[in-house]
Amino acid sequence: MPALPSFVPYLIHTLFPPWVRRPTEIGAEIMMTAAGAFIVYWLLKNKKLQWLWNEWLTTVDHKKIGIMYLVAAIIMLGRGGLDALMLRTNLAMPTLHFINASEYNEVFTTHGTIMVFFMAMPLIFALFNVVVPLQIGSRDVAFPRLNAISFWLFAFAAALFNLSFVVGGSPNAGWTAYPPLTELAFNHTVGENYYFVSLLMTGIGTTITGINFLVTILRMRAPGMTFMKMPLFTWATLNTSVLILFAFPPLTIALLESLLDRVAGTTFFGLAHGGMPMMYVNLFWLFGHPEVYILVLPAFGVFSEVVSTFSRKKLFGYPSMVLSMTAIMVLAYGTWVHHFFTMGAGPAVNVFFGLSTMLIAIPTGVKVFNWILTMWGGRLTFTTPMLYFLAMIPTFVIGGATGVMLGAVPADYQFHNSYFLVAHFHEVLIGGTVFGLLAGVYYWWPKMFGYKLNDHQGKWSFWLFAGGFWPTFIPQYWLGLEGMTRRMYTYPFGMGWHTLNVISTIGGLIMGAGFLVMVSNVLRSRLHREVDATGDPWDGRTLEWSIPSPAPEYNFAVIPTVDERDWWWEEKQRRQSGEKPAGPRPEDIRAIAIPKNTPVPILLGAAFFVGAFGLVFTWWPIALMGLAGVFGVLIYSWFQYDHYRILSAGEIRETEELLGRLGA
Amino acid sequence: MRTWVRRIPLALGLAAVLAGCGGPKAVVLNPAGPVGRVELNLMDLAGITMAVVILFVLVLFTIAVVRFRDKKGNRAPYTPNVEGHKVLEVLWFIIPALILTIIAVPTVEETYALAQVPAKHPVVVDVTSLDWKWLFEYPGQKVATVNYLVIPAGQPVLFKLTSDAPMNTFWVPQLGGMEYAMPGRVLPLWLESYKPGTYWGHSGQFSGREFEKMFFSVKAVAPAAFQAWAAHLRQTAHPMTVADYHRLLQFTTVGDQSYSSYPAFTFPSVTHGFTLKGGMYLLMHNNPAHD
Repeated sequence: MPALPSFVPYLIHTLFPPWVRRPTEIGAEIMMTAAGAFIVYWLLKNKKLQWLWNEWLTTVDHKKIGIMYLVAAIIMLGRGGLDALMLRTNLAMPTLHFINASEYNEVFTTHGTIMVFFMAMPLIFALFNVVVPLQIGSRDVAFPRLNAISFWLFAFAAALFNLSFVVGGSPNAGWTAYPPLTELAFNHTVGENYYFVSLLMTGIGTTITGINFLVTILRMRAPGMTFMKMPLFTWATLNTSVLILFAFPPLTIALLESLLDRVAGTTFFGLAHGGMPMMYVNLFWLFGHPEVYILVLPAFGVFSEVVSTFSRKKLFGYPSMVLSMTAIMVLAYGTWVHHFFTMGAGPAVNVFFGLSTMLIAIPTGVKVFNWILTMWGGRLTFTTPMLYFLAMIPTFVIGGATGVMLGAVPADYQFHNSYFLVAHFHEVLIGGTVFGLLAGVYYWWPKMFGYKLNDHQGKWSFWLFAGGFWPTFIPQYWLGLEGMTRRMYTYPFGMGWHTLNVISTIGGLIMGAGFLVMVSNVLRSRLHREVDATGDPWDGRTLEWSIPSPAPEYNFAVIPTVDERDWWWEEKQRRQSGEKPAGPRPEDIRAIAIPKNTPVPILLGAAFFVGAFGLVFTWWPIALMGLAGVFGVLIYSWFQYDHYRILSAGEIRETEELLGRLGA
Repeated sequence: MRTWVRRIPLALGLAAVLAGCGGPKAVVLNPAGPVGRVELNLMDLAGITMAVVILFVLVLFTIAVVRFRDKKGNRAPYTPNVEGHKVLEVLWFIIPALILTIIAVPTVEETYALAQVPAKHPVVVDVTSLDWKWLFEYPGQKVATVNYLVIPAGQPVLFKLTSDAPMNTFWVPQLGGMEYAMPGRVLPLWLESYKPGTYWGHSGQFSGREFEKMFFSVKAVAPAAFQAWAAHLRQTAHPMTVADYHRLLQFTTVGDQSYSSYPAFTFPSVTHGFTLKGGMYLLMHNNPAHD
């Protein structure tokens, strides 16, 4: 047998080093390959490739981009959740080596990174995309093609990050990736490269999304919709976009410099030539703390819509809701040091950031009181989105209160990096963000697809998920007080930690069951869908419920003049009292320019992916190929002049007629 | 349904039994020194204040949910057009601010108080976190230990923390909160044990594969016994050579070790020395940390 060329064993060793050849990973590899092959087979067999390319892969329609974000986020929720269950299983008993230390370190790193960057962020963008243009009476976002570029950068970054699981090894220094642990001297595999490169990629997309929605909301609102008439979810999006705009640059710098330390021999944070690890920590949390509010403000927006709709009552204290949300946005930039009180900044700095941390609790408290008073004097119906709202209140209040405890500086010296902290941030991130986003998904699902998710199964899923949440995380507060620190892959006998850990693990499994019921609900509701012809299944209050579901591609045949806060609710009241509807009149309908589909975003994403992959393995020829690809796609796009196609007034009139929107 | 309800007390009893055999008590809630005591007092204050707030919110919330359900014959008022209440909305801002000052004032006081070591010449321990072990050097006593500490009880001990490896935090929960041990810097932390006793410590900052093994023990003894212990070590243990130190730098876990002396360069010149001289290569070659 002729000897293999020397590069072949080298290649195999680099791509599949010994430490990734574990049964779990080989299993995952086989499953993913099989799933991919099946999807390709199904598409070919049903001749769906053309459809997929035309309808989805090249679309610039914000509603479809939103749905793609949603699908990706649910898949990533599954992956991150599976990671969480592996972690919990390992901790159920002392010295239980379900997975070993190296695997555990990779799994908690990918769990955190995926949940923050590849689950919560896309789920937020899914709602932004689906809801905001409809809520402000716009035909699309300000920059539809950039919007698609954001999505594809995210999607390919997520793919790259997940690829690390089977090719080359996953990152293993925690989602915060503090140097010098991420420096080559301590971490010589490609895992951390995957982390830095994929987050840089998705970070570009996120920043663009922030700019996009900022401009959309500032410039594209329906006539009459002044700032103080915007729905709360739109307000949340506006504030979140500002946070993104100023929070992501420090992250980009921190990631880029860490990456250069690893692949280009610089020492921004490495110690060899006077680099300073502490600077990374500062830059990271300068992003990291606003990020917390990037995650939670959209959820606040959803809750404000949900509680008002299902209490059938106006939102209590709209001006103070707006004020508190904006105050949170501003204060969010002034609290980052509370993530490292224990890094010796001195009492003056610590006191400043301790007080600012307590200060930010005030506007958050205002929101909770206003939500409760919105229910006061209303008529509550307990639909699935409303249940998530109701579950949020106790969870978020307790999570927020422990946050204030963490802000008391000397006490934080005991809480820092213990399970008390772990319990706190899971309680606000799941109880606030995840509950909020799930409420939003259930709430706007009919607007996206034209049918509701099954309420019965939705409630089952809710009770499992929200019910499993308490036994999972409440014991972790106590574990923190018993001295258990985070990221330990196991713990010795005799510490007294096993009882609470096993309860926590059982809770985690219950939450996992809740997720499975949710997925089955998605599939079953699609098979047995009851089409909603009204476009307003919840008796909604804001603009998006005034148009058919799913919305036609141009959204509004005629953009209404919006001169009240709950315009659609008031409009319905007026119609009941016999006034003529203000809906689209055939004579008002004009031709509309619709942005054309374009392959540029997906090609750009693919080129980035190739370059990023080359960068991960520092295979410069491939990295340069990717870079060339990026420029190639950009040059191609510069020679595309004809970006719009015209939808004639006749076509629109026909569509509206079919949807039963004319002649009322 | 009924049988299910009848089983609730049984389940609760079982949970209580399980919780009862939990072994040692919560270390953070049983401080053995003044630092931990101050921190616990602040925790109690913040915890109780917050508990009152939580209770108030949850009562209000429960009333709202129960009273305003959408069911036939609900007599509660339905006021769909109420938009707000100026006075209440302003109160939402003011009352929480007042409540928070209850926590804020002692927070400021104690933060400043704990920043000072309450002694002129405390016993000093130079702490270096390594992969994956702790090196403790006593500049006053000239001895060094690995993975175990002996400190005099009843007086403040000043720990100077650094790292010759990734970051860790030095935490002895029963004595007080943690502080980072990071390369390139030396951070101070003082702790005191009221009485002789034995405690455990652990790192709170993830530092690589064997991070879980970053446990160490702390033995507080009477001051005279502490000096006797150091003198005994000076006579019986081996001196730490440069080669010994380089062995400690390797990616290993070790048991307890004692040394009668240690090379002068290790602390804090290790930190500043390798930072400035670029001597970090000592750590780099042939040490695959994550294979």
